[in-house]
Amino acid sequence: MNRHLTIGPFNRVEGDLEVRLEIAAGRVASAEVSSSLYRGFEHILLGKHPLDALVIVPRICGICSVSQSAAAAAALAAAAALEMPANGRLASNLILACENLADHLTHFYLYFMPDFGRDEYRACAWHGAAARRFKATTGAALREVLPARADLLRLMGYLAGKWPHSLALQPGGTTRAVTATEKVRLLAVLREFRAFLGATVFGDALENVSAIGSADELAAWAQGRPADLPRFIEIAGALGLSRLGRATDRFLSYGAYPAPGQSDACGEHLFARGIWQGVGQPFDEQLVSEDVAHAWLFGERPLHPLHGETRPLVGEFADKAGAYTWCKAPRYDHGVVETGALARQMVAGQPLVRALVAAEGGSVLARVVARLLELALVVPAMEDWVCALIPGEPFCAPWQLPEQAGAVGLVEAARGALGHWLRIERGRIAGYQIIAPTTWNFSPRDAAGVPGALEQALAGLPVGEGESIPAVVQHVVRSFDPCMVCTVH
Amino acid sequence: MRVVWLQAAGCGGCTQSLLGAENRSGVLAQLADSGIELLLHPGLSEASGDEALALLRLAADGSRPFDLLCVEGALLRGPNGSGRFQMLSGSGRPLIDWVRDLARRAHYVLAIGTCSAYGGIVSSGENITDACGLQFDGDQEGGLLGSEFRAISGLPVINVAGCPTHPGWVVDTLLSLALGALGVADLDAWQRPRFYTEQLVHHGCPRNEFYEFKASAQKLSDLGCLMENMGCKGTQANADCNLRPWHGVGSCVRGGFACISCTEPGFEEPGHPFMETAKIAGIPTSLPVDMPKAWFVALAALSKSATPKRVRENSHSDHPLIAPGIRKSGPK
Repeated sequence: MNRHLTIGPFNRVEGDLEVRLEIAAGRVASAEVSSSLYRGFEHILLGKHPLDALVIVPRICGICSVSQSAAAAAALAAAAALEMPANGRLASNLILACENLADHLTHFYLYFMPDFGRDEYRACAWHGAAARRFKATTGAALREVLPARADLLRLMGYLAGKWPHSLALQPGGTTRAVTATEKVRLLAVLREFRAFLGATVFGDALENVSAIGSADELAAWAQGRPADLPRFIEIAGALGLSRLGRATDRFLSYGAYPAPGQSDACGEHLFARGIWQGVGQPFDEQLVSEDVAHAWLFGERPLHPLHGETRPLVGEFADKAGAYTWCKAPRYDHGVVETGALARQMVAGQPLVRALVAAEGGSVLARVVARLLELALVVPAMEDWVCALIPGEPFCAPWQLPEQAGAVGLVEAARGALGHWLRIERGRIAGYQIIAPTTWNFSPRDAAGVPGALEQALAGLPVGEGESIPAVVQHVVRSFDPCMVCTVH
Repeated sequence: MRVVWLQAAGCGGCTQSLLGAENRSGVLAQLADSGIELLLHPGLSEASGDEALALLRLAADGSRPFDLLCVEGALLRGPNGSGRFQMLSGSGRPLIDWVRDLARRAHYVLAIGTCSAYGGIVSSGENITDACGLQFDGDQEGGLLGSEFRAISGLPVINVAGCPTHPGWVVDTLLSLALGALGVADLDAWQRPRFYTEQLVHHGCPRNEFYEFKASAQKLSDLGCLMENMGCKGTQANADCNLRPWHGVGSCVRGGFACISCTEPGFEEPGHPFMETAKIAGIPTSLPVDMPKAWFVALAALSKSATPKRVRENSHSDHPLIAPGIRKSGPK
């Protein structure tokens, strides 16, 4: 007989998550992923002054705060057909990169790795060392990582005033011009962070890590290397994490870190915009839609987010047949996509990530490697951006807010593709729809019954007879680095 | 001291902020070394699913004693009083019911951040989720637990307000409680620890010279004072952000944007666009606290007429155009 398992509160993810599994013959037959918190940010924004979005949207999420600001600023800039000066773009990129890299560290050390210190792995040869180093709240690594993270966030102190919840990111650029001596100090912050990554995370120079090109090279590189990514690679090898958690292998990236002097919409990015499905394809924003068939929300048919709405079913919401979450089901060209660091690096053509996915598909291993690889790829870019700042030149362009506009802002948060669709009427916000990275990844089924990316990734996982919170399920769920507070906003 | 931490309807940003506390071994080690044990924190603890739920049940029925209940995020009473906009995953019960049960067992109840203190940003607009704080609904007493609520220690809810709250405010509060050094007399009228609210954001503001001469910023990224045009409430906001910088070096005004008084109930609905100063007849409607309006108007007029050229020109630029003079002009 089939067994049903409800896992919640699903801790060590950002926000509220419940996962329900149907288990048949020792494997997950089907999964339902439920977001159990509704706050109504899209409703809160209605009727507000458009610039107030810059105060409100970062507060959707305390871990993707700057990403939300960047998406709102991009949408407002698009509404006003505004370009930011080179300094503003460089500083915006630095602020967003700082959040994304801090989030990658937080995810690896605080959310993901502690599972390998769990007692159920005590029979494994690697368990003792993993538990000492990565145990939740008490592992030795935390005494090194949290100070390194706090030191990196000094960059936010200089450029954004504080993190989370800054108003420094504006449609016209950034509010904080950098002086010549602050450039020196920003470089010093990055140099310290580079040294920490080299010694503690990688056990190697960042450039050597970026040069690894295949799964075999990765395994050879990791063997016996006394640092945390190599430790994970060895554990992943022992547990077969490269064969767990495959979803659709259809990847979406909005493109991360626009080049100075170019707009978000059409310019070059450090990591390209596009879709990857065996081959690369250009991204067409018109093909995005959201479906509410399985959400406790009003709505009939899938809508493009510029025309979308978010109205909760109150009262008898539990009675909507088939509804099991507050999360909408976003689809691209009617299909499910995965987004995040793995998708970003697939679209960007990063050789190791492409090799891992070509060999065994998207997996727990590939997602975690892609995330840490970004630490090695982005820090050198950040050093270049700091060097390119020109003190004395403008950081923020003046502009006029239009009375009427419809616009979209697309950015890459740590967890992937984040879009804000904005309508301004009579100088006020008349529509505001957000599709967050985890809305894509933790989407429920759509009207056609097609499960979302995580729901697909969970299907087929082995679950033992007496297990109530199977470790493999935890690894797969956390490999997406979900942010549930962004998911339903 | 054992801590049970709940994340209600917030953004998790106060935990993220806390993790950034500056300490040479990191904040988790600092708390552990101070005798503060995180029994359960949804973002940090190993326990998940049934394990976490079992622990919460024991804590709520009194069989697993704990000392501190920290709540982050607003409390959602909607729809229609059911609390169903936030169910604690896996439990089938609204989060507000868990908060009510656990608050009764706690020696101290802490609201971490403005959402759990007063409702915060989640309660703005029409507030369709009926969001409120633990013991306040905006600036009205009551909230989820009611104005009469007292934790076992006899203290009302301690509101470590801020959006997000500064890591130092949380660490100082927890460490003071561990030392038995925080009593009811140490809380202000909004039940916030006085150690950080008996200063103004204005204190230590690096734009003070521009303020003195009413040399005001006119656009974003200008160096001038942000009060007259850019919506800054630093002269009215109770917090030590410029005496105890963020990340060692920052604050809102240091970052070039307005203080929006996020430690205050009702900050989320200022009645004007956040980044514009509300004025009547050219005079800001919100004046520095403790300052009579007539004096402010007279002083502003006087100081504007006496503004040095350096201060005036620099206030309209994003970088200093004129350096301060040197008192002794050079070697003799």
